[in-house]
Amino acid sequence: MNANGRHGGVNVIEAHGLRKDFTVRVRKSLLRRERRVVAAVDGVDLTVQRGQLLGYLGPNGAGKSTTLKMLTGVLNPSGGRVSVCGLTPVPQRILLARRIGVVFGQRSQLWWDLPLRDSYELLRHIYRVPAAEHAARLRRCRDLLELDPFLDTPVRQLSLGQRMRGELTAALLHGPEVLFLDEPTIGLDVVSKQAVRGFLAELGESGDTTVVLTTHDLADIERLCRRIVVIDHGRVVHDGGIDALHARYGSQRRVTVDFDTLPPALPALPGVHLESTTGPRLTFTLDGSASVGTLVSALSALGGLRDLSVTEPEIEEVIARLYRSDEGRAPS
Amino acid sequence: MGFITATADRLTIRNFTEAAGLFRTLGASGFRRFSTYRQATVAATITNTMFGFVRTYVMLAVAGSAVAVGGQAAGYDAAQLVTYVWAGQGLIGVVAMWGWTELADRIRSGDVVTDLLRPVHPVLGYLLPDLGRAAYALLTRFVVPIVVGALAFDMYLPQRAATYPMFAVSVLLAVLVCFAGRFLVNAAGYWLLDTRGVLMAWAVCAGVLGGLYFPIRFLPEWAATAVYLGTPFPSLLQIPLDVLVERDPPAGQLGLLGLQALWAGLLFTACVLVQRRAERRLVVQGG
Repeated sequence: MNANGRHGGVNVIEAHGLRKDFTVRVRKSLLRRERRVVAAVDGVDLTVQRGQLLGYLGPNGAGKSTTLKMLTGVLNPSGGRVSVCGLTPVPQRILLARRIGVVFGQRSQLWWDLPLRDSYELLRHIYRVPAAEHAARLRRCRDLLELDPFLDTPVRQLSLGQRMRGELTAALLHGPEVLFLDEPTIGLDVVSKQAVRGFLAELGESGDTTVVLTTHDLADIERLCRRIVVIDHGRVVHDGGIDALHARYGSQRRVTVDFDTLPPALPALPGVHLESTTGPRLTFTLDGSASVGTLVSALSALGGLRDLSVTEPEIEEVIARLYRSDEGRAPS
Repeated sequence: MGFITATADRLTIRNFTEAAGLFRTLGASGFRRFSTYRQATVAATITNTMFGFVRTYVMLAVAGSAVAVGGQAAGYDAAQLVTYVWAGQGLIGVVAMWGWTELADRIRSGDVVTDLLRPVHPVLGYLLPDLGRAAYALLTRFVVPIVVGALAFDMYLPQRAATYPMFAVSVLLAVLVCFAGRFLVNAAGYWLLDTRGVLMAWAVCAGVLGGLYFPIRFLPEWAATAVYLGTPFPSLLQIPLDVLVERDPPAGQLGLLGLQALWAGLLFTACVLVQRRAERRLVVQGG
């Protein structure tokens, strides 16, 4: 075991059979209400090693935020075991709070009526960070996230993109071991998104901070995460890299070819399907096993091949397929 | 109490200076936050001052008729009542009798989650900025009505030097009791979806039983005793004002401070317990 390696061995997050049940009251008639137990998180097993950048995906209501709340100690699990940085989140919440950073995209941890600079100074005292350490981290964030133009503006006057950059900084100033980000790019414009993404990529590369990221923005995932955990109806339905996800859910590459004139007959190759024909343009889909090379040489043998392009499978499509495949399954 | 141990886990010099830094900066944040709302401060001070005149004329009428029948009004003479009114108008803003809904709003919106993600006990995290807010109010909303009252009427000045420090302690205790009460009322939001009813009940009780509309001593003695011992409300205004106008001899003043301290202790214990219960059953809405 390479327990001392940069990414090696040390589990920062461990969850076994983690579950959370909510009781909802359903109105049956004017007076009668029925209590029904809904499992928001239904037996999630998750281990995250130090320095990993984990993408935590799932459709709305899948249980992503609920999991994050249990990992950060603001929600008590109904069952299972969980430890973060070797601590049990809920009973040791205050101790844990010093060692993690959290950004909930739709919540603010900054002081509404204070400028960012004052908020950061407050956080320094709340987290008891030595002044020099605090200053160094703040300087780095100011550079990478370009905070300087609005550092003295009260938070209530910041734009969403500026605020989110401010929130990220706030979550990092005490040098957390784990950073939990719940939809940090929600509602941001392209430029702000890129700033946040670039910053997270750099954070991921340094390898000191473990990052758990939930998002609906798949570009975030493609750009940042080597490991993806997908949950649906409170259960883990995928845990692995993007490639594994493509392989498992039969992602298909597309080959689009333009001919001068449509050839009379097409070669039949295993794993290759003709998807559509529009004029002289043909679109083929290829299963994982089929080779683009074989198809291309067979097509060029027909003569009159003018143009050709290969499209890699879109992560969006894969995820959509993944969500749909679970559709109709009654929540347990 | 839990929140003390959570903040200063071990009493070492380093921890002490760190805790002092936390107290200072969180307190200063409350001061700064409220000092940004200058127009609100001006508007509130003007309102407090205007009502000061209305209440003074009512109290002078009461004192006048009391003198006409050859006595004092429940132990207060006219000058004492004038001081009672104007110092009271100033203290409204210092203790922040009503209108604090920050915690209830944050519970409702779910932002309260971020309070739980900080390594500071939430009760302390709200208390320290509130002390800063009170300090700001002391410099603005407290001073103006007293100056105006002193210019317009004959005010009673404390005769005993010891009354001044006792008044200062009493005001601090009043701020603590009022904060704890407001925190508890706001924390009802963890269990109720709408806290407007509870907040309104607090506002009415604080005004009537706190000695704002009339000194509680105007009530029959049994009723006044019941209000003093049975509710925290006299600790908000009535007790600091009684201490200031020397309604009672020094021993009585000390007794009143003790009663305030008792209520502060009780309410803060309740705050910590309620917070613990709330956290245990916390289901954050939305998100």
